[in-house]
Amino acid sequence: MNSPLTIKSPLAKSAKSAKNSRPIFDFHGGIHPPENKVQSNSTPIQTLALPPLLILPLNMHIGAPAKPIVNIGDRVLKGQKLADANGVVSVPVHAPTSGTITAIGPRAVQHPSGLDAPCIVLQPDGEDRWTERHPIHNWRECSPSTLITRIREAGVAGMGGAGFPSAVKVNLKQGTQIQQLVLNAVECEPYITADDLLMRERADDIVRGIHILQHLIKPHETLIGIEDNKPLAIAAMRAAIENAEKNNGGSIEVVVVPTKYPSGGEKQLIQLLTGKEVPSSGIPAQVGVVCQNIGTALAMYRAIAFGEPLISRITTITGDAVKQPGNVEVLIGTPVSHLLNHAGVSDDKLGRLIMGGPMMGFTLHALDIPVVKTSNCVIAASKEELPEPATEQPCIRCGSCAEVCPADLLPQQLYWYSKTSDLERAQQYNLMDCIECGACAYVCPSNIPLVQYYRFAKGEVRHQVAEQNKADKARERFEARQARIDKELAEKEARRQARLEASRQKALGQVDAKADASNNIDIKAIKAASLAASSAYKAAVKALKTAQAEEADASEVAALSAQVDQLKAAADQAKAAVRDAASAPTSSSGGASDTAAATQSDIHMKALKSAALEASSAYKTAVKAMKTAEENGDGNVAELRAHADTLKSTADAAKAAVRDANTGTAMPAPTSTIDPVETLKKAVLDASSAYKAAVKSVKEAELSDADNLAELRSEADVLKRKADQLKVDLRDAKAAAPNVVKESTTTEAATATQEHAPNTADPIAERAAKMKALKTAYNSANKIWKEANAALERGIREGAENIDERRAKVDLLKARAEGTRAELNELVDQAKAGIRASGSDLKSLKLEAARAESALGSKIKELEEAKKSADEERINVLYQERDMLKREAELAANALKSAVDEQGLSDV
Amino acid sequence: MTTILIAVAALLLLAAVFGALLGFASEKFKVEGDPIVEQIDALLPQTQCGQCGHPGCLPYAEAIANGEDHNKCPPGGEQTVIDLSELLGREVLTLDADEDADVGIKKVAYIREDECIGCTKCIQACPVDAILGAAKLMHTVITDECTGCDLCVEPCPVDCIDMLEVKPTLGTWTWHKPEGIGLRSDTSVPVNVIPVVNL
Repeated sequence: MNSPLTIKSPLAKSAKSAKNSRPIFDFHGGIHPPENKVQSNSTPIQTLALPPLLILPLNMHIGAPAKPIVNIGDRVLKGQKLADANGVVSVPVHAPTSGTITAIGPRAVQHPSGLDAPCIVLQPDGEDRWTERHPIHNWRECSPSTLITRIREAGVAGMGGAGFPSAVKVNLKQGTQIQQLVLNAVECEPYITADDLLMRERADDIVRGIHILQHLIKPHETLIGIEDNKPLAIAAMRAAIENAEKNNGGSIEVVVVPTKYPSGGEKQLIQLLTGKEVPSSGIPAQVGVVCQNIGTALAMYRAIAFGEPLISRITTITGDAVKQPGNVEVLIGTPVSHLLNHAGVSDDKLGRLIMGGPMMGFTLHALDIPVVKTSNCVIAASKEELPEPATEQPCIRCGSCAEVCPADLLPQQLYWYSKTSDLERAQQYNLMDCIECGACAYVCPSNIPLVQYYRFAKGEVRHQVAEQNKADKARERFEARQARIDKELAEKEARRQARLEASRQKALGQVDAKADASNNIDIKAIKAASLAASSAYKAAVKALKTAQAEEADASEVAALSAQVDQLKAAADQAKAAVRDAASAPTSSSGGASDTAAATQSDIHMKALKSAALEASSAYKTAVKAMKTAEENGDGNVAELRAHADTLKSTADAAKAAVRDANTGTAMPAPTSTIDPVETLKKAVLDASSAYKAAVKSVKEAELSDADNLAELRSEADVLKRKADQLKVDLRDAKAAAPNVVKESTTTEAATATQEHAPNTADPIAERAAKMKALKTAYNSANKIWKEANAALERGIREGAENIDERRAKVDLLKARAEGTRAELNELVDQAKAGIRASGSDLKSLKLEAARAESALGSKIKELEEAKKSADEERINVLYQERDMLKREAELAANALKSAVDEQGLSDV
Repeated sequence: MTTILIAVAALLLLAAVFGALLGFASEKFKVEGDPIVEQIDALLPQTQCGQCGHPGCLPYAEAIANGEDHNKCPPGGEQTVIDLSELLGREVLTLDADEDADVGIKKVAYIREDECIGCTKCIQACPVDAILGAAKLMHTVITDECTGCDLCVEPCPVDCIDMLEVKPTLGTWTWHKPEGIGLRSDTSVPVNVIPVVNL
């Protein structure tokens, strides 16, 4: 049957001679450039001597460059794998001959950019010794996947020009049905005759390769497309097919297509043979077609039947500058210069060296560029043969380009938009479907390098896409980083909260564990606190009496008596605390797990610690007073010593109590069996005896004063004693200050106790009591500081000695008073928070708790600092303050807890 | 008279129906957020360099949407200004960049690794986590992820970070634009000549 086409080709005659058994279709456009094939297709394929050096680019194919698996200096055998495929769309590289690896690094490669790319350089040893090969003779029984793996491992990539990994192409998706297997033997570009010669000389092997392809993809029909300008090749192929069909009965059909450029384009050939159009940016498999070059089919056959990787190919060497144009079987990696020398290049004539065809190839910028898997032709053209490109003229809108475009595009429009870089519009005109065949530029009367423009525009589009992808990735990473930073912050905060919670729980837990065991210790501590309070009271009384005896001014006496009253109140409150402590074991024996009782015990623990501190500071003050008295030769040294001893024992007892409390965690709880009433009695007894001793010492002091008066000592002596008295006064006031602190502690204790049982007590009365206690604490603290200050001023007025020492002491007192006041303010705030909490204001309670915690934290830190500097007095003060804060924090936490409980109850 | 009443009634009815329809549509197809910000952000180069005075491209996109000038993005170059002008219907402004700044030249950070002291300052500065390394260990830049924003150069205490121009590779190389009318194609670049004379 004749072709339905009107064939305009100069070789139409030969096309008619090669009959087709089926109709062929046509594609739009196309051109008929001079073929220039006769120079090279008249001589058989020659073999080439081993080149001195082989340069193997890692990227001879489309896809990711291969990964080298050899090192410099390695000796390799022919066919040994040098680089492994890197990813799916990639193929390995093999050694074309045996030799030594001399370098792995960038070399000039087959690319229009002229850029270097990584290569493996192999120096042949001349032995050409094969590595072990594993042929598969019974490939018809092998599964396609085995064969595909073999094809992939053999490094087979499309040999028509693009170099797409063949294994990927034949590895069809599950369920894809292929109607036609198309073998591309068109070779439509001028000058190239490699496939022509290959078919003439190795048709049988090609047909076997096609059988393998048929086995792999199971097409309904297999078509070999050959242009009608290769009659010898057509005949050879038909003969080979007939020969093969005698044995195997496979069905392969040679379809002769008219000579027209670019029939060899994959999409164009498919359209020619099947009438199917491959969709834009699609692949042939989508229309049920697989297209392979015949050279590739042969390479597959060699890979499977002989176990030989793709290490050589047929390349056409032609052009006017070579004396013996023809086709040679070259090892992959052979430098073009070696090829040219073989063909007898004359350097004078050589104008332009082109790899690939004249239409789609590219100019080589160096002679040591290697022949690769896709290099089907090297044209060494003289200057006359391929002159410099003509000067570009303006477009005259003749429309020739649109007539010849095989992709049916509008080259003129594409030209305008590419020229003005209007990529969006260019893409709307399907710029990306341009196959860069060059037909438009070939026919352009204005010599416009149209393909250059399209290549530029396509490059820009790809560049833009890449930029966009990169920008998207950067945005993603930026957002991920922001999210991570936010998350880290949130986690940090959560951890901090958890830590706070854990430390609070731990403290509560310890207290729980200790609660029962330390009940008696608590009582001891309270007792000690009560003792300290009463001794302070006693000292104050003494000071008052002294003042009265020496007829001091009325205001001083009044102040002192007020102070005494305060101290008495403090002592009374301490006694009340002792009573509270005594009642605690009862409640805890009623229920060991009772939170209220446990917390109360905890508060006693705190009280114990502060009491110990107070006791020791009182003792120290007493010792100081005693020393001063000794220096002055006073008569009441004995009394003072006795007083100091009492205080010392008190302090010791308190310290021991603290120690017991600290170590008493593991202690069992036999303490609840102690009779609380008896303990209480003992505490009261101790307190009263201490009080009595104090009164006695005061009386004796009075007596000694009288003696001094009777002996009429000099006025200077009196004045000095008065100063001494003032000093004592000051010290007494100082000793009293901790009591004030303790007083607030006691108040807090009371508050806490009330806080713990908000459901049982009248909340209003509770709050009122709390406020009252707070007020008292504030007043006394304030008063004591004022008194101390007044005493100091008096001392200054009367020109007493060691003013500085006193001033320092007053300052200390002031600080304490201020601390107390601040504490009081906080307590007032707390009380307010408590009030709010009773109105279910959980937020403020939470804030309060957090604030108290942080205050405690900073205080503890301060304490650690002070410990380092070893300032004992400061440490004591800080210890006290820390304990206060600790208690406060607990109160806040408890208030919150009780409020939450309340909330829970109200919810129920 | 009746005709007029009927006409008025019909118009009122139509008004009511379409009013209800529009009201329903505005509720049903309500657009959350400000889509213009996303569109602006898509045009910005995402270098996150902060040269615009904002801590990233999205904040700048928001600022532009709120009326800030759209010419403060040197990495985006003139093209970004033009694109933004088109999107926003604003006047094309000249790019607000230093005269000597090489606008449009892609750069990536490179750490001279033998000089790096491992202070992690650059790691903290990198807006896209493109620097790898640990304290007291050498750091390095993931070139593919680097946006060339410059932010790591300043914090480096030993000045071991260079901004290197990105050289084209085989994968990123593109053809040059032909010289144009009246000129031959640049012969220094290997161009594809169509060497065969016309028939």
